[in-house]
Amino acid sequence: MKTVKTATMGGRIVEPGSAMKFETGDWRSHKPVLERDMCIDCLTCWIYCPDDSVLVKDGKMGGFRYTHCKGCGICARACPKKAITMVEEDE
Amino acid sequence: MTGNLGINGDSAVALAWKQVDPDVCAAYPITPQTIIVERFSDYVADGEVETEFVCTESEHSAMTVCIASASAGARTVTATASAGLAYMWETLGIASGLRVPLTMTVANRALSGPLNIHCDHSDVMAARDLGWIIMFAENVQEAYDNAIMAMRIAEHPDVQLPVMTNLDGFILTHAIERMTPLDSHTVKDFVGEYKPLYPLLDVKNPVTHGVMDLQDSYFEHRYQVNQAMKASANVIEQVFKEFGKISGRHYDMIETYMCDDADYVTLTIGSTAGTMKAAVDELRAEGHKVGAVKLKVMRPFPAQKLRDVMAGKKCVAVMDRHLIVGVSGPVFLEVAADLMDLPDCPKLVNYVYGLGGRDVMVEDLKQVYMNMMNDKQDKVNYLGVKL
Ligand code: SF4
Ligand code: SF4
Repeated sequence: MKTVKTATMGGRIVEPGSAMKFETGDWRSHKPVLERDMCIDCLTCWIYCPDDSVLVKDGKMGGFRYTHCKGCGICARACPKKAITMVEEDE
Repeated sequence: MTGNLGINGDSAVALAWKQVDPDVCAAYPITPQTIIVERFSDYVADGEVETEFVCTESEHSAMTVCIASASAGARTVTATASAGLAYMWETLGIASGLRVPLTMTVANRALSGPLNIHCDHSDVMAARDLGWIIMFAENVQEAYDNAIMAMRIAEHPDVQLPVMTNLDGFILTHAIERMTPLDSHTVKDFVGEYKPLYPLLDVKNPVTHGVMDLQDSYFEHRYQVNQAMKASANVIEQVFKEFGKISGRHYDMIETYMCDDADYVTLTIGSTAGTMKAAVDELRAEGHKVGAVKLKVMRPFPAQKLRDVMAGKKCVAVMDRHLIVGVSGPVFLEVAADLMDLPDCPKLVNYVYGLGGRDVMVEDLKQVYMNMMNDKQDKVNYLGVKL
């Protein structure tokens, strides 16, 4: 919790990379789900994701970082193979 | 440079900047501030300063450049007036909220409309709630001195707020007065090297300025601005004291003139404070117990100092060179709120005067005292308007 004593002057962020600590996954209403068989590992989704939430393992598409994925659906739109489907969260 | 100069207020501010040699000046010319920017751009063009001078396409852009350059870690100055200050309005709050210690000189001029280029305080008063430290000058000397002192105040680690130094349009900006500048070495030693806190250009310690600040922390940050504004009073007094040592000119947040035994006192801002002293002298010669207070610093508001001077007086007239349409003058409201719980609160009256550069003479100001003594006045009075 930020108080008058702990809040930084002018709201500056003085710790680099601190966005990792701010989990935006609970903003999501739809989540991206990968159809592994259809994926060709082109990583277009990784390039397009505005939240660095497409994981890459050994140069291959490695799923999603659901703690930070906001569910914007850009990856699903960008995928040339339609390998990503947006699924409603409470389904 | 020593000895006396005959110089107008704008040129005196430009001279102060030349002696400081700030890193960046971003400005847009507007009457009656124009001479400041013209003179200073001469200094830049002639290589007398190393300042990066940015000609912007508007005052909104000028203030935006200033906020960015000061955030990057550069000592930054600008100047404006009237509509230019109004055009900066939304960025003024950003400068204070992001704790950007830049300094700005405002050549006070009436806001339109109808179109008017002459002095009143409608520009600065409309910007008084935005978290800037606000200082006024009675004469050219003070305009010069304030421009130098403002940097030390703004940049102090306990403050980190922008400072606005005001001088009355034409009355001070264009009138030539005698002034004693400091020599440039003394000025440079006094302001010292600018040591920015969390500059954007410190690539070893990356920081982000200006992020979204929502329900959970905006209030806390505004409270911090309020704390810094209050803490600035001590810093201002310290800077005034140090400046007194190098210049022999001793300032205070308020200046009192013949107030000790006075029953009737006025409170004035800017150049009229000088005229007021002449009115006091003439009335004192006639045996009247009158005095005058000058408000040199309006933000932070020197509440306790005013209470100490005003307690027990019979009547206090607050002089406002701005009218909050439908209400009164703004300084009157602040003084009334400050004094209202004094057990011996004086009768308080307000005189709105000098709008759009309407001249105010010694005789007019003597009339204010006569009205107080005869108790022939309204709560809010309009001095010099032709009814
Ligand atoms: S864009 Fe589609 S095909 Fe390419 S890596 Fe991502 S999911 Fe796989
Ligand atoms: S839904 Fe949006 S945030 Fe989530 S992985 Fe896809 S592009 Fe990134």
